[in-house]
Amino acid sequence: MFPYLSFMTFFPLVGAVLIALLPKEKTDLVKKVALVATLPPLAAAVKIFMTFDRGSTAMQYVEGPYNWIQAFHIQYYMGIDGLSVSMVLLTALIATISVLASWGIDKQVKGYFSLLLLLVTGMFGVFAALDFFLFYVFWEVMLLPMYFLIGIWGGPRREYAAIKFFLYTLLGSVLMLLVMLAFYFYSDGQTFNLVELAKQGLHQGPFANPHFRILCWLGLFICFAVKVPVVPFHTWLPDAHVEAPTAISVILAAVLLKMGIYGILRINYPILPQETLYFANMLAALGMINIVYGALCAMAQKDFKKLIAYSSVSHMGFCLLGMASFTPEGLNGAVLQMFNHGTITAQLFLLVGVIYDRAHHREIAGFGGLAKSMPQYATWTSFAFFAALGLPGLSGFVSEVLCFMGGFKTFRLYTIVSVSGVVLTAAYMLWTYQRVFLGQVNEKYKGLPEISAREIVTLVPLAIITLLVGIYPKFALDLLNTSMTALSQFVDAKNLAGL
Amino acid sequence: MKQDLLYFLPELVLIGTILLLIVTDFVAGTRAKAVFPFFAFVGIAGMMGAVAATFYLAPTTFFTGMVSVDDIGRFFKIIFGVSGLLGILLSVKSAEVEKADQASYYTLLTALVLGMMLLGSANHLLMLYLALEMVSVLSYILTGSLRGVRRSSEAALKYVIYGGVASGIMAYGLSLLYGMTGTMAFPEIAAFLKANAVSRPALFVSVLLVFGGIGFKIASFPFHMWCPDVYEGAPTPFTAFLSVGPKAAGFAALIRFFLVGLTTPGQDVLAGTFLAVKPVGLVEMLTVLSIATMTIGNLAALVQNNLKRLLAYSSIAHAGYLLMGFAALSQEALTAVLFYLVVYVIMNVGAFLVVLVVSNQMGVEDMAGYKGLGRRGGRGTYLALVMTVFMFSLTGIPPMAGFIGKFYLFGAVLKAGLYGLAIAGVLNSVVSLYYYVRVVKVMFFDAPDDARDIAIPAVSQSWILAGLAGLTLYLGLFWNGLATVTERSTGLYASAYAPPVAVAAPAAPEAAAPAAAPENK
Repeated sequence: MFPYLSFMTFFPLVGAVLIALLPKEKTDLVKKVALVATLPPLAAAVKIFMTFDRGSTAMQYVEGPYNWIQAFHIQYYMGIDGLSVSMVLLTALIATISVLASWGIDKQVKGYFSLLLLLVTGMFGVFAALDFFLFYVFWEVMLLPMYFLIGIWGGPRREYAAIKFFLYTLLGSVLMLLVMLAFYFYSDGQTFNLVELAKQGLHQGPFANPHFRILCWLGLFICFAVKVPVVPFHTWLPDAHVEAPTAISVILAAVLLKMGIYGILRINYPILPQETLYFANMLAALGMINIVYGALCAMAQKDFKKLIAYSSVSHMGFCLLGMASFTPEGLNGAVLQMFNHGTITAQLFLLVGVIYDRAHHREIAGFGGLAKSMPQYATWTSFAFFAALGLPGLSGFVSEVLCFMGGFKTFRLYTIVSVSGVVLTAAYMLWTYQRVFLGQVNEKYKGLPEISAREIVTLVPLAIITLLVGIYPKFALDLLNTSMTALSQFVDAKNLAGL
Repeated sequence: MKQDLLYFLPELVLIGTILLLIVTDFVAGTRAKAVFPFFAFVGIAGMMGAVAATFYLAPTTFFTGMVSVDDIGRFFKIIFGVSGLLGILLSVKSAEVEKADQASYYTLLTALVLGMMLLGSANHLLMLYLALEMVSVLSYILTGSLRGVRRSSEAALKYVIYGGVASGIMAYGLSLLYGMTGTMAFPEIAAFLKANAVSRPALFVSVLLVFGGIGFKIASFPFHMWCPDVYEGAPTPFTAFLSVGPKAAGFAALIRFFLVGLTTPGQDVLAGTFLAVKPVGLVEMLTVLSIATMTIGNLAALVQNNLKRLLAYSSIAHAGYLLMGFAALSQEALTAVLFYLVVYVIMNVGAFLVVLVVSNQMGVEDMAGYKGLGRRGGRGTYLALVMTVFMFSLTGIPPMAGFIGKFYLFGAVLKAGLYGLAIAGVLNSVVSLYYYVRVVKVMFFDAPDDARDIAIPAVSQSWILAGLAGLTLYLGLFWNGLATVTERSTGLYASAYAPPVAVAAPAAPEAAAPAAAPENK
């Protein structure tokens, strides 16, 4: 069979190398090559969407396991199931959109696009890798381009934001490294194979000690919590988002944040299920805190982009609440919320980028009455805002409701408090809309050019998906449902066995 | 005796080279400048050839048990040879070394490699001490080889003073050990410790004091203070060599001292129980030293502005990481240490080569010289890119080889159950990211002060850089071959030292194989 996943992962890398070899002056060619490098993976994603077996819980499009480093039983092993398929599709889409959104870059164009494509390779790799070591390598490979992309092409405080992002993430990943090694040494036959690890569970050596298992769980959790970000670990996010160039913010919010939740679902849940149950209450509580705290912070922001950044913190809280419930609804909701947040927040960041390119600032209070001078822009923004605040008929609503349905079964109090987050979200979104687009027209921005065709092109596919999933959720849910139901049953069964 | 000289062939090749260099100096004098590095290079390469040629010889000890020859020793000889070759290559086009006396510089450098080889093969306390002194004294001289440069002389003086103290401490420790056990040969010390009860505090103190001497060589806490000053003052090519060669030699001596001198050999020496030394807290001692070394190195590096000092503190931190492997005291840990040393040689020499080129061109070793290096285009960008590879590799980020080295070390530490040490190690890696990345930041995020292009003085240097950076990346992705080599080196080592006592034991069938066990006591 054609190795779709490796193809998607490494085709952008070929593009990155090709760009590095192009002459510096040909910036247009560089951009075109970058765009072309993201298109075949997108085509492959469409093909995967059409052929993915929605009824199967097994890994699909499997490649390997091929031996990579025999001395350490490290394998090259790729595959996707219902959990990762939506993420792979999202990554393919966001990759193309981010290249289009970067068309305005004029500083060190070559470097920018090669790093961007390297980043895309890392993202595909993380979602497709089924070998823990391979997963770790892709996870870390993503850090390097991200550091440079924020640090070189970012805003005024870019250096601070870049190093903060790097340090936080590395702190998390070294903990993951230790747990990964512990998994390896105390598994049957010493393996990094994630599927195999989930199958055996770990009970040898120190894993017989529940405290050790809990420590391992926490090590992994901190690593992923930094990425999500879960509230005490979230402070890198507003900085990174605000300083990053538009396209990088889009990638950061739409794909990188998802890796945290993905990691918990891919590694913590199946390999340490009892400990996950043990911490379910904490997960749900953290979810609630994320939702409410993130929303309150967003409400207090004066910077448009920072507001969107905090809204991401809030929205990722829904995922935590949903997945903590261990019900099929909750797990489906969490994964769907990941996908929906990816598409919606990408629109929001793109839209902030549009206004920033024109006005060169993002002070919410500095605008006013933009709906008059840029009516089309106002329409697109209102669509994205409504999607973000969970308007029925748009995709955000579906996944939030699923998360709440799942959460309510298990954690009634947390869910009740969390629902207030929906109200808060509506409040800050509408209030922002009012301040930016309605009211007194700011004379300074009267002549701002309307949103351009290229900008609209980046928004249209995302908007279509938002609408489609909102009206007909089965479209996306079918992809995940089988796997998520199986995961909730798996954890339940382990729970019963453990008790 | 004839057989002994055959075992000694690699060392003999170097001794011949040294004599040749001295004679050439007499005959040709300063007229034939270029010939000295050439002879030294060929001599060291010939030494490595001799190691390969005598590879078939079974592991044994010779010269009445003073020196040993085995796979781990050969492994180290190759490491020393490679760092010696790199040291010569770096020195050839260096503006600093030009000022030094060519004949003596290359002669001493070759002699230093010889000293390191003896240190790595020492099987006897006396040999250990003599070889250590040989390495130290030659290092002092080479550090001060820039005549008339104050910084260089000052560094040499500091080095001598610290070195003198450390060597005195070590000699005292050796005398205690001899007094307790009545022997100076490593295997006999171990056998004595196994058979007889000795005062535990005395054993602990003597081991600690001996560690002092070796710790000075590897720049481990609390004997690390000389390191930044010496690294800064010494000519950069020699600093590059000093940071990898003598350090590796120190680790080779440490391996032998701990694992042959203090281990009670069992069926598997390395997985052995360390019965004699475990109760005296060897593991605890090494754990504390390792954590202290890496923490001090990393914290001090955070505030450095001079690249050579920064790399000096970084090399202290790396000594701390390597000591983790000793705290774990296992076969895996030993393999990890060897693996890490190879990777460390590659990435550290690479980083120093960039420092060398930049200081030659910009005239400074400070961060200021690196400002906007990556934005100068052409060779500047090239230098900045390879430097980035080395910096990230030193941090331990995949897909660079430095990550694999740490991966092995942490794995061994975890397997030994030293969870606290492992956590201290990874947290230190995170701290180290900050200063390594600062170099990268200055090179790429800051704009250069002027628009001039930077030149790499020799084509060969850009090829060496490409080779080292390429290896760093290659070994980060495909390290199976190196892993096999390191594993084999440590595996055979285990059986070579099974003493005659163990041969009689029924439970040791493998131990009977090496009939070449020390007969010449």
